[in-house]
Amino acid sequence: MLIKKPSDLRESDVTPKELFLARREFIRAASVTAAAAATGVLGAGFDDEASAQNPKAEKFANLVKSPLSTDEKLNSYKDVTTYNNFYEFGLDKGDPARHAHQLRPRPWSVKVEGLCDKPGTYHIEDILKWFPLEERIYRLRCVEAWSMVIPWVGFPLGDFVKRMEPNSKARYVEFRTLVDRAQMPGQREPALQWPYIEGLRMDEAMHPLAILGVGLYGEVMPNQNGAPIRLVVPWKYGFKSIKSIVSVRFVENEPVNTWKQQQAREYGFYANVNPDVDHPRWSQKTERRIGEFFRRKTLPFNGYADQVASLYTGMDLRRHY
Amino acid sequence: MPPPPFSRRVAKPLVFAAALGPFVWLVYGVFAGELGANPVETITNTTGIWTLRLLVITLAITPLRWATGWNPVIQFRRMIGLFAFFYGSLHFLTYFILDHSLMFSGVWEDVVKRPYITAGFTAFVLMIPLAVTSTQGWIRRLGGRRWNLLHKLVYVSAALGVLHYWWKVKLDVTDPAMYAGLVAALLAARVWRVVQARRQRSA
Repeated sequence: MLIKKPSDLRESDVTPKELFLARREFIRAASVTAAAAATGVLGAGFDDEASAQNPKAEKFANLVKSPLSTDEKLNSYKDVTTYNNFYEFGLDKGDPARHAHQLRPRPWSVKVEGLCDKPGTYHIEDILKWFPLEERIYRLRCVEAWSMVIPWVGFPLGDFVKRMEPNSKARYVEFRTLVDRAQMPGQREPALQWPYIEGLRMDEAMHPLAILGVGLYGEVMPNQNGAPIRLVVPWKYGFKSIKSIVSVRFVENEPVNTWKQQQAREYGFYANVNPDVDHPRWSQKTERRIGEFFRRKTLPFNGYADQVASLYTGMDLRRHY
Repeated sequence: MPPPPFSRRVAKPLVFAAALGPFVWLVYGVFAGELGANPVETITNTTGIWTLRLLVITLAITPLRWATGWNPVIQFRRMIGLFAFFYGSLHFLTYFILDHSLMFSGVWEDVVKRPYITAGFTAFVLMIPLAVTSTQGWIRRLGGRRWNLLHKLVYVSAALGVLHYWWKVKLDVTDPAMYAGLVAALLAARVWRVVQARRQRSA
């Protein structure tokens, strides 16, 4: 029997990874221009893109695909990880990607306190084992009128809350970000009051769309996106989705969230995406989807009105912005 | 005929190229995909900040001449001022085309409702007559006195430009404050000059 040599290709004939990535980047860049004219979205194939940018990132196995995901075109891994508002690392949108390597997301623990029966300090490794992880593809709408579509990895916040057994006096959940000037250089400046604080009403926290995110693009959360654990509340402006959480407290009164404390006339506690209520300085009627050149209409509750509008029946959303 | 002076042969083309630099960079960036995840924002911010920078440089030229007695510097004022208008136009067009898809109604709503747009839009509109009357012909037609008076509008434009920037930033007003300081100092230099001249006359 004639056995052929498996291949006449030599090792040296294979394109080195850096080179084909560079080529791919070049092709992408060139196609941006073409796509721009046709209002195309950037973003390439999902797994490719993720592994290309961060070959060392740990991947999650057996993610459950959530029926709550949108089928809209994803923003690229690069867009999602280089265009961030995370003032703990600086005010520029490129700062988090530049400085977040200083954050050490392991070991990490989350302290749970307040009006609940299971307070304690929980290690991130344990938290990750409690719940099956899901892939949730959500729209993210920033209060600055831009938006993205991001494939998060996470689990329902409601499941976490239930496990902590909040008592009947608990009406709100308050979250806090890490404070550590050594790991978060932006905190050396008093840009905001640290720690960053956010909160949700209990029924909002229990809503199935609200998740705790621990990754994106099938991989462990990049530091600049709020590693190791962050909130994702897709019907609210992005600043509600607090990053790098170290504390969860069950409380009776509405927490004063950081941006409201900073400028109450411009940022409220609820911060539901609402095209009918302008930011005092700019319109919220439209948004720029990252990767597109023209603006698109902003939808009430960021397009999640069918699922969440009932949480706010009877409330004046002009007053509770 | 004597050869043209150094300033016209060498310095002017150099200044021209330098002032065109940010525009060249933006055009390159668009085609190379180097303007980041939100290229429109990069274009808007870059053209805006260069409008303000070039306005400040334009305003600095006359005081620089007073301080140094170096008169040829005045030759650059028109060119730099026109570049400020060029970047201001790009800034406005980016907003008009990419933010408002060429809809006047959207622009007008912004101008009426949003103070930072009111300030920025007014600053831009006031620059139009200055750009139009920047030629020798117009100086002659208007006469030096009237032309000078008209071109005092640039002070208003610069001040409104700073206000536009200040009202737009979300949190950190360090940069707008720096530009406010520069514009205030350059206007103060003019006030001081007038006061000095009066004093000398009365002395």
